[in-house]
Amino acid sequence: MEVEKNFKTAFAGGFGVVDSILEKYEYKKANLIAILQAIQGEYNYLPEEVIIYLGTKMPLSPATIYGVATFYSQFSLDPKGKYVIKICDGTACHVRGSMPVLNAIKGKLNLKEGQFTSDDGLFTVETVSCLGACGLAPVIVINEKVYPKMTSDAVKTIIDTLLSEERK
Amino acid sequence: MIQDITPIQKAAIEKVNAQGLRVLICAGTGCVANGSMEIVEKFKEYGLTVNPLGEKDKMTAVPTGCHGFCEQGVLVVIPDLHVTYVRVKLADVDEIVNEHIIGGKPVERLLYVDPATGEHVQKNENIKFYKEQTRVSLANCGHLNPEVIEETIAMNGYEALHRVLEANDPQAVVDTVLKSGLRGRGGGGFPTGSKWQFTKNAVSPTGKKYVVCNGDEGDPGAFMDRSIMEGDPHKLLEGMAIAGFAIGADEAYIYVRAEYPMAIKRLRIAIAQAEEMHFLGENIMNTGFNFTIHIKEGAGAFVCGEETALIASIEGERGMPRPKPPFPANKGLFGMPTLINNVETLANIPPIILKGADWFANLGSQTSKGTKTFAVTGEINNTGLIEIPMGTTLREIIYEIGGGIRNGKKFKAVQIGGPSGGCLTEEHLDLPMDYDSLTAAGAMVGSGGLVVMNEDTCIVEVARFFMNFTQNESCGKCTPCREGTKNMLKILTKITKGQATLEDLDLLEELAYAVKDGSLCGLGKTAPNPVLSTLKYFRDEYVEHIVNKRCPAGVCTALKTIEIDEELCKGCSKCSRTCPVGAISGEIKNPFKIDQEKCIKCGACVSSCPFKAIKVK
Repeated sequence: MEVEKNFKTAFAGGFGVVDSILEKYEYKKANLIAILQAIQGEYNYLPEEVIIYLGTKMPLSPATIYGVATFYSQFSLDPKGKYVIKICDGTACHVRGSMPVLNAIKGKLNLKEGQFTSDDGLFTVETVSCLGACGLAPVIVINEKVYPKMTSDAVKTIIDTLLSEERK
Repeated sequence: MIQDITPIQKAAIEKVNAQGLRVLICAGTGCVANGSMEIVEKFKEYGLTVNPLGEKDKMTAVPTGCHGFCEQGVLVVIPDLHVTYVRVKLADVDEIVNEHIIGGKPVERLLYVDPATGEHVQKNENIKFYKEQTRVSLANCGHLNPEVIEETIAMNGYEALHRVLEANDPQAVVDTVLKSGLRGRGGGGFPTGSKWQFTKNAVSPTGKKYVVCNGDEGDPGAFMDRSIMEGDPHKLLEGMAIAGFAIGADEAYIYVRAEYPMAIKRLRIAIAQAEEMHFLGENIMNTGFNFTIHIKEGAGAFVCGEETALIASIEGERGMPRPKPPFPANKGLFGMPTLINNVETLANIPPIILKGADWFANLGSQTSKGTKTFAVTGEINNTGLIEIPMGTTLREIIYEIGGGIRNGKKFKAVQIGGPSGGCLTEEHLDLPMDYDSLTAAGAMVGSGGLVVMNEDTCIVEVARFFMNFTQNESCGKCTPCREGTKNMLKILTKITKGQATLEDLDLLEELAYAVKDGSLCGLGKTAPNPVLSTLKYFRDEYVEHIVNKRCPAGVCTALKTIEIDEELCKGCSKCSRTCPVGAISGEIKNPFKIDQEKCIKCGACVSSCPFKAIKVK
């Protein structure tokens, strides 16, 4: 899987990246969330090794850091796909039919119950509570790009487009 | 001696005037998703060469914050030509420039069409959606480029801060806010002036006090704070600086949801520009007043909208609420006296200072002063963001501003105040929307999310949806909330599947009160509200699910039966070819039949039938 390969190359040189992030945020406890966000930005998830490493560098135990990491929904302890599809299930999107869109995505990516990342490691599907784009409901966001007024068919086309770009 | 702001304002106005004909293009999250940035670029390409008809010698494309009328995006407004174009696409830019800006002839097909009269409306102020509004906190949203500080200054930006610093009387500022009657816009409705007074009076062990802006707009269906942060960030920063001066704080945090990357970006730009102009940072306007604002990105936890949880989160901990007292005003962030206000509340401060407490107090109703923003969404024609005087009726919002229910359907209810709020029904249409009337009706203003539901919405499903949300977001600290919401969700799910009994309904109600009474923070205390208010107004719908195993709105999948009307069926076989599980069979030119045992109720056949012969019951 591509993600795992990235992970191995990332740690081949040690925890240099993590050190520079810690440096930037002055090893402060109040900056823990920002530190974890920066680390996730780097590795696309929070590897267990890094959480333990943080515990040796910061005045916090790995358990405390793990507690914070698992409290906030933004943090992921598992590698995410190259494309993160966030489907909004806020009230407005829900009322205008976000669930059929989610089911279409799951079907298209052959995701089983409880599975969020596709077998090829390309796509991760997440539901989020509200993206604040309620006027365009239902919306999905794929890697920061917002797609308005989704339907089951439209979302399949979008995934097909991304897949064909991947094959190029 | 305080720095003179007049030359700065003059220079800013000159800079704005030098832009010539201003073409305002909405660049809020919604319109950007509809391609507004490409439209901005296209106008910019033209900008250098176009010589508009009339006095102005050139044209400038101005990307602005949200105009509010999200349904009609992308919006393009040209104030000098008194025109608002709606649903503009990239391909329309040529026509707007050549026909109207150069040629002087409005492009009729891009004007807003009033659904009631069928007429084209050219002027912004004549569009009903805008006509009925009174914009205070959103006044500048959509009229200026939030990434260029001069545009704000040209519209009186930082003048209120200047005035306050010049008068140099912090207590007078608190008195003005008290007198204005402003109440917290984040949901609670606590009098803002009192909060300021408490924090001002609090004694700090080190002298340090903080201002915290709550921008963790977590209620699904609310996006006013996002629009202010994206569209007019300086108004928020100015409000915070005034608050800091009033209570004696020199440091502040804005806590913004991670889901709002554009708001974070624009706030960062705004802070940097304001510091450069000496409106923030050290020695503001040469008065010796220091005020530094930091941005804290949230990491996705609804409960962090609760003020003590938000403080814990800024401190780098799990965002769990803490018992009150001590209140943040006495012991808040890092143990110091802290003033926490919501984005919209703080954005109301500069206008109150500039126009006076009396002006503000004259807007709104007896106990709820000023205006309130509402995010109107769901099954309504004009979705978008509106701002109206407190006390406006629900009927005006839905039928005047909102343009009525979509596709001519029947109004059923509105859900107000998100997962902490309740629903209002037809009998409440003439209820004035203010803090006290709504609380009395079992709902709340909350942050102002207003989701309109029509006859096709299943009320039990909506209650289940909100319970699922709060159950997910419960931080787990208090047992009644952690376990109670879980079991309430279980019962609600059972009801939507037709597996519940009437005893379950009683238990649901009992649990609702237990969770309400037994939880520490606002999340748990209000989590049962959607259930209680829907039980109050739509109990028969719950009973229908339980006793007759029927979903009146035809939403709950498990209770649906899909049948083919033999009279209407022409036997074309399209449905049987569409059915993913092969549950439909029959002979060509004879009525087809659905095998209910096999049917998974996906509804694919319903939309495939060309004769509308397949019905959901």
